[in-house]
Amino acid sequence: MSDIVLKTENLGISFGGLKAVQNLNLEIKKGQLYGLVGPNGAGKTTVFNMITGVYKPTTGKFWLDGEELTGKSQETINHKGIARTFQNIRLFNNMSVIRNVLVGLHNQPEYKCGVFASIFRLPSYFKTEKAMRARAKEILRIVGLEEERNNLSCNLPYGKQRKLEIARALATNPKLLCLDEPAAGMNPHETDDLMKIVRHIRDEYGITILLIEHDMKFVSGVCDEITVLNFGTVLSQGTPEVALNDPEVIKAYIGG
Amino acid sequence: MANLKNIKWKHYINYIVIAVFTVVVSLLSFSGVLKNSDIYLLEKIAIAIILAVSLSMVVGFLGELSLGHAGFMCVGAYLGGKTAVILEPILGEYPTLIVSLLVGGLVAALFGVIIGLPALRLRGDYLAIVTLAFGEIVRSVFMNSSDESFGGSLGLNTPRFDKNALFIIALVLVLACLAVTQNMIRSKHGRAITSIRDNEIAAKATGINVTKYKLLVFTVSSFFAGIAGVLYSYSNFTVQSAKFSYTYSIEILVMVVLGGMGSINGSIIAASLITFLDVKLQTILTGNLAVLQDLFYAVILILLVIYNNAPSLKGFRDKYNIKVLFDKFKRIKKNNPSKINDDEAKWDRVPTKIEMDELLSVDMRVSSQYTPDKPEKEDNNV
Amino acid sequence: MKFIETLINGLSMGSTYAMIALGYTMVYGIAKMLNFAHGDIIMVGGYTIFITMSLSGNPVLGVIAAVIFCVALGITIEKIAYKPLRGASPLAVLITAIGVSYLLQSIAQIIFGSAPKMVNIADLGNLEFAGLTVPVYTLVTLGCSVVIMVVLSLFVKYTKTGRAMIAVSEDKGAAQLMGINVNRIIMITFAIGSGLAAFAGLFMLMKSPSLTNTLGAMPGIKAFTAAVIGGIGSIPGAMVGGLLIGVVEAISLTIPAIAPYTDAIEFLILIIILLVRPTGILGKKKREKV
Repeated sequence: MSDIVLKTENLGISFGGLKAVQNLNLEIKKGQLYGLVGPNGAGKTTVFNMITGVYKPTTGKFWLDGEELTGKSQETINHKGIARTFQNIRLFNNMSVIRNVLVGLHNQPEYKCGVFASIFRLPSYFKTEKAMRARAKEILRIVGLEEERNNLSCNLPYGKQRKLEIARALATNPKLLCLDEPAAGMNPHETDDLMKIVRHIRDEYGITILLIEHDMKFVSGVCDEITVLNFGTVLSQGTPEVALNDPEVIKAYIGG
Repeated sequence: MANLKNIKWKHYINYIVIAVFTVVVSLLSFSGVLKNSDIYLLEKIAIAIILAVSLSMVVGFLGELSLGHAGFMCVGAYLGGKTAVILEPILGEYPTLIVSLLVGGLVAALFGVIIGLPALRLRGDYLAIVTLAFGEIVRSVFMNSSDESFGGSLGLNTPRFDKNALFIIALVLVLACLAVTQNMIRSKHGRAITSIRDNEIAAKATGINVTKYKLLVFTVSSFFAGIAGVLYSYSNFTVQSAKFSYTYSIEILVMVVLGGMGSINGSIIAASLITFLDVKLQTILTGNLAVLQDLFYAVILILLVIYNNAPSLKGFRDKYNIKVLFDKFKRIKKNNPSKINDDEAKWDRVPTKIEMDELLSVDMRVSSQYTPDKPEKEDNNV
Repeated sequence: MKFIETLINGLSMGSTYAMIALGYTMVYGIAKMLNFAHGDIIMVGGYTIFITMSLSGNPVLGVIAAVIFCVALGITIEKIAYKPLRGASPLAVLITAIGVSYLLQSIAQIIFGSAPKMVNIADLGNLEFAGLTVPVYTLVTLGCSVVIMVVLSLFVKYTKTGRAMIAVSEDKGAAQLMGINVNRIIMITFAIGSGLAAFAGLFMLMKSPSLTNTLGAMPGIKAFTAAVIGGIGSIPGAMVGGLLIGVVEAISLTIPAIAPYTDAIEFLILIIILLVRPTGILGKKKREKV
């Protein structure tokens, strides 16, 4: 079973009386590109919020690489290997692009430099700073933002801000990368570019990716397997061709 | 560290300026040019700089509003002062100074942790009122203390110190405070702190230990406020609780804001300037005229904050600010050919609709910081 | 018996605090800003009463003049200092408010000097019944503020403007889309808050006639504390918080051992309540959407 990266069992949450998500069972294999789709309000982002520790699930459990992480804090879950991007972009706006990525590198074992080492400017400070800057540049090259590294992140155009969020999440060296509507607000040209980047991250670095997307072209273009949610419950699971042609799914989208 | 060429002089200029200044005023004082009032002014400026720089860590970099900085200073002043009173006959002048600085700083730091804990649960305005409340509680406790312990409402009389040495020590402490603050801010830890300010949710999701860093900032900042308090007690020979009311916290906050949030050098300049003007104006404006000074500060503060923050003035700001004027000046001076103006860009083919949208969306966002054609910049600045 | 007297005294003080706290809380709820200068409006109200009374000798005229002047002042401050900053960071607005507070205090000092002015509004004497001795001014304060608060609650609940205020406090953008003139609503809120502050000024002068330019500073801070304790943004919260602070203050002042620590105790209550309930007693918890 070691090839299963993320496993959820009966995962669910309710706010007051509203069951936002219920009985979610997912098994995402290593190296998979997994899609989570569904109409607005289906509970997709809520799933992300549960597996990244923003919300504590009210029912069920989830495991990353066999280790149970249910109810852990956001920081711990990130340390264990789940990184995410946000639907409404959340960058560190007053910092340059490269510094955004450097914040992502904060917890890397190679970036060991305590408060005292920083204050007294011990050799470890200079060594780690240099190494991590090089790595941050490397990561920015993956998403194609190397040239913009000294610009303020809030001055980047929308599409590039989304890419920077991916770079920042990548910097935390995740086992599972969760992308919340990465192509939202992008033009077709940028979307194609993003598809290439997402595939490249999976192929080259073996990172498992879970993504939420409304753009069905994008989903069927990159995902190996998808789960369709509606009103917090699973409608269908399987390859994009099968799941998207499920009569239940078509009914949910078109409304019949 | 290895070769001097890689050192960014820009980053160390403030140390150098203050160090040179310290040496010059020390020499002046030894040659007897400085009057006692000048020395007192220097001490006051040093204390104000330490307070402003340490508060700027909380307000400018962590992004939390503290209205209780004077409270931490109060703790330092009273406990450091009391330590000095007790130890002075036993240890002698210099060891006492060092011990009382440490005691004042550490106890204030402890209070920083205590007040930092609610900071983890509270945000923004709520935290502001809690820190204000904390400062007032501390003040009230010292004010009502018995005459034997902390002197009560009359205040605590603290030992005198060699006036010709104290201001040098104060300026050296300014350097130390600056080094700690600046080195911390310009490291991965500083980046983590600013990331919390910019977007706390994203910082958590990126694995930043928000609890740890909030506590760290509050602790370090109150440590230096405590140090400033001890210096104050030595400089005035007496500590009175009335000094440390919330209005004094606000005065320090004003220094930080006028200096520009998140700018350490700005805080230093504002703190020096305000203290200098304070003392100088006090001798000019006496009696009922003294209030003109407050009026002047209030008006400047309001105008400056509105100018810097009003959303409707954004266009105006981008057009007329120091940076832009400075750049213009530089451009006239050496007409740099490596800089290409946007309107000079040559197209080798007609851009497609999509590319055009992209270009336009870039243009819409142009601000003073974003210059697409900026020549390669060394990115060593953390 | 003594305790009941203390309690009445505390409720009277508390209702003064509640009046000030209402100004804080309404402005916070609607403009999402902390109006640090609110306490100084009380002081301006006090000086207006002082001038009118020394000109005409009529306290009623003084109160009317104070309310009119404070409302005008509140609207002016909002227009000049706060309106340009709408949409800017809360910190910037707060610091401007601090600036306005200093400005008002220093202008008052320039005009009236730093020596306290004595304003003897009317000697109402004491009322004795059933073994209780209660100063009449406490009953007047209590009665007036109860009436004012009931009227205010009815206004917010049942008038078109009041409901628009609730709408703006819930969601400014949506309210605007529904055709509510947000700028007008914010202006009205400042006007109401400042009017209440003028009344608070009157009550404070009835209690002790000494008037200086910092008259409103400490009561302002305490009323703000009361508003936060009750849950800032909540009108009933401001009343509960104000009364709580007032009663605590009155009780604490009668116990000699803790009397000097009265301010500290009030602030301690604030810290403890916020640690238990980070949004105050009646405050609503807001979750940031991720």
